[in-house]
Amino acid sequence: MLLKSKYDLDSARLTYGGLVDKQSRKVLVCAGTGCVAGGSLKIYHKLIETIQAKGLECVVALADEPHDDDIHQGSVGVKRSGCHGFCEMGPLVRIEPEGWLYTKVKLEDVDEIVDRTILNNECVERLCYKKNGEIYRQQDEIPFYKMQNRIVLEHCGHIDATSIKEYLAIGGYKAFEKALLEMSPEDILNEMSASNLRGRGGGGFPLGRKWASVARQKEPVKYVVCNGDEGDPGAFMDRSIMEGDPHRLLEGMMIAGIATGAENGYIYVRAEYPLAVDRLKGAIAQAEQFGLLGDNILGTDFSFRIHINRGAGAFVCGEGSALTASIEGKRGMPRVKPPRTVEHGLFDKPTVLNNVETLANVPLIINKGADWFKSIGPENSPGTKAFALTGNISNTGLIEVPMGTSLRKVIYEIGGGMRGDGKFKAVQIGGPSGGCLVTPNLDISLDFDSLKKVGAMIGSGGLVVMDDKSCMVEVARFFMNFTQNESCGKCVPCREGTKRMLEILERIVDGRGEEGDIDLLLELADTISSTALCGLGKTAAFPVVSTIKNFRDEYEAHIRDKKCPAGNCKKLVTYQIDPTLCKGCSKCARACPVGAISGEIRSPFKIDPAKCIKCGACVSNCNFKAVKEV
Amino acid sequence: MTKDFDFSQIDAILENHEKTAIIAILQDIQEIYHYLPAEIFPYLAKKLNTAEARIYSVATFYENFSLEPKGKYVLKCCDGTACHVRKSTDILEYLRGELGLSESKTTTDDLMFTLETVSCLGACGLAPVMTVNDEVHPAMTPDKAAALLKELKEAE
Repeated sequence: MLLKSKYDLDSARLTYGGLVDKQSRKVLVCAGTGCVAGGSLKIYHKLIETIQAKGLECVVALADEPHDDDIHQGSVGVKRSGCHGFCEMGPLVRIEPEGWLYTKVKLEDVDEIVDRTILNNECVERLCYKKNGEIYRQQDEIPFYKMQNRIVLEHCGHIDATSIKEYLAIGGYKAFEKALLEMSPEDILNEMSASNLRGRGGGGFPLGRKWASVARQKEPVKYVVCNGDEGDPGAFMDRSIMEGDPHRLLEGMMIAGIATGAENGYIYVRAEYPLAVDRLKGAIAQAEQFGLLGDNILGTDFSFRIHINRGAGAFVCGEGSALTASIEGKRGMPRVKPPRTVEHGLFDKPTVLNNVETLANVPLIINKGADWFKSIGPENSPGTKAFALTGNISNTGLIEVPMGTSLRKVIYEIGGGMRGDGKFKAVQIGGPSGGCLVTPNLDISLDFDSLKKVGAMIGSGGLVVMDDKSCMVEVARFFMNFTQNESCGKCVPCREGTKRMLEILERIVDGRGEEGDIDLLLELADTISSTALCGLGKTAAFPVVSTIKNFRDEYEAHIRDKKCPAGNCKKLVTYQIDPTLCKGCSKCARACPVGAISGEIRSPFKIDPAKCIKCGACVSNCNFKAVKEV
Repeated sequence: MTKDFDFSQIDAILENHEKTAIIAILQDIQEIYHYLPAEIFPYLAKKLNTAEARIYSVATFYENFSLEPKGKYVLKCCDGTACHVRKSTDILEYLRGELGLSESKTTTDDLMFTLETVSCLGACGLAPVMTVNDEVHPAMTPDKAAALLKELKEAE
């Protein structure tokens, strides 16, 4: 179906809206990466089979050329939705119109869901979320969702992520239509500036200013680039948007095209997100088929095309100039700035470069206005932010809260507190470029400026929660190892400096730390931060500085006492035999490769710590669990 | 260099891409061979009218490109932050021990298994995760990895 005018677009929305309304019941199976890994696609296919076997009309996709008699009143829609964010409880199945959410659904549950829910409108309470003896039927009532404010992720989990028709049915591309037909580029730029939307990729640069800079350039060819190279380990909000609501992202890019005068857009997606690439490719093909991408869109003189580039596994490509180099088919290495991307970006042309979550905010602001947007969150960081909540926390998953929400609320109310019996120790925020937040920071407001004040940053929004069994020196080593691996090697401070820092950290966790190591780390950190070429290098040392600031005693324990207070660093563990449990069988002594264990048969044996090489052979060979790690 | 290398598939790939899209071209080639055979570099240089060194520089820069043949089953252990704090290292060490592999030797001699780490698959809610030829296996433990490995070996 080719939409040639506003009238065509409006009638398409009405037609598809009507068809969707006729489905008296909808079953949405989560088809995000997490739930697919749990087998949700098998559940989806079995649901369709079972419903059809019961003689019910099952609507999987809306017809291409809709006629009124296509779908009958009372049919059942079975759809693949985007990520609900509650990955911990997956696979998830949402039932509409009631809004029930079934969790941890298995293939065997399908018959019961069809028999009781679809045929008899009953809720299968066995599958509902339970906490403290209470059963939560409604998705919105579950504490994990209740405290959230999902506006950017509003469609994720609620619409068929693979269908432009369903997107149109809920009023999709309305913002694009408004921007194209009712607003001038200046109007769009003014609205964006007024909204004070700041980049969600980490930098927090105002989007309106960036767009205006590109729009000002005299060069006729300009580009819109979407950064979907979500490389921060522990962050997956962009993945969820690309998989769960791809048309929202396309719409944001198209509006950027109108505002800045660009005719081509590129989406750069990480190689590790194959599903996101598929969904985006599908969405682009559908938008082209409907005439929403291409030449003379909706009969105007605006033309726009979107291309997809897959990354090839280089974290540094999340940096603007490295990303554009990579799209050009080169090594993804950052260059010296200025000139900035807005002047000389992709193919040396003025380029708007925004991240996925930022662009997904754009249609909302066009539809509802800058004032509405500014009513959410603090004045200097308006809007919401999606956070990926992971690590040692009860409810892992993707959440969206207004900027400025306290860390305590996020961890204890939405996240459900710590996982197992661990005690809260720290949250790593902002990935390998970020810092850690500790107990005294729990009431901090999560927004760009407040976090900067305590030496952390919002980054892309990964929150990795760590309990008392996590060793902060080892966490710092882990991040340094990551950055060192990902350093592109162009500038010396980053290439050599991170290597030296990593060596020192490795020594410390191996029990070979020396007096003065902490000062040396801080000195190196200072040098690298002030001299590295790009953001990766400038921020590489942040996790180290931040853990030293908050957990200096832990570093000192490793260096001076050769002990890991969290009991995490293997090389610093000492083995002891519990005399009350040891039966004196000598099995451990025979297993020990260096003869460090001695004793008399039938009386407790002993380990000589001077000889022990900490191989752990005694632990695995003891039948009485008498060898303990201390 | 082998004389009987079949370049017709490479030609087909080249037809689908612009000459500058080296990364996309290499990705498509790797999809067929699971690595980048040495034969393609001089051939691409000629076809794309660029230096062989430039293509080689791109191939060696990006983590995803491999100049070595890979195993039939490519196992990837996620070692992103979320997986790391949920003890993904134990799984990696178990698999390395079991397959006789290390950080430097990633493919078994019989070309059956390749074991790699990946920095984040974005499935952090299911940590720790691993993938077998891009199929994601959630909430792994060394025991579950053992069962998975056994299953793969038995399928052979």
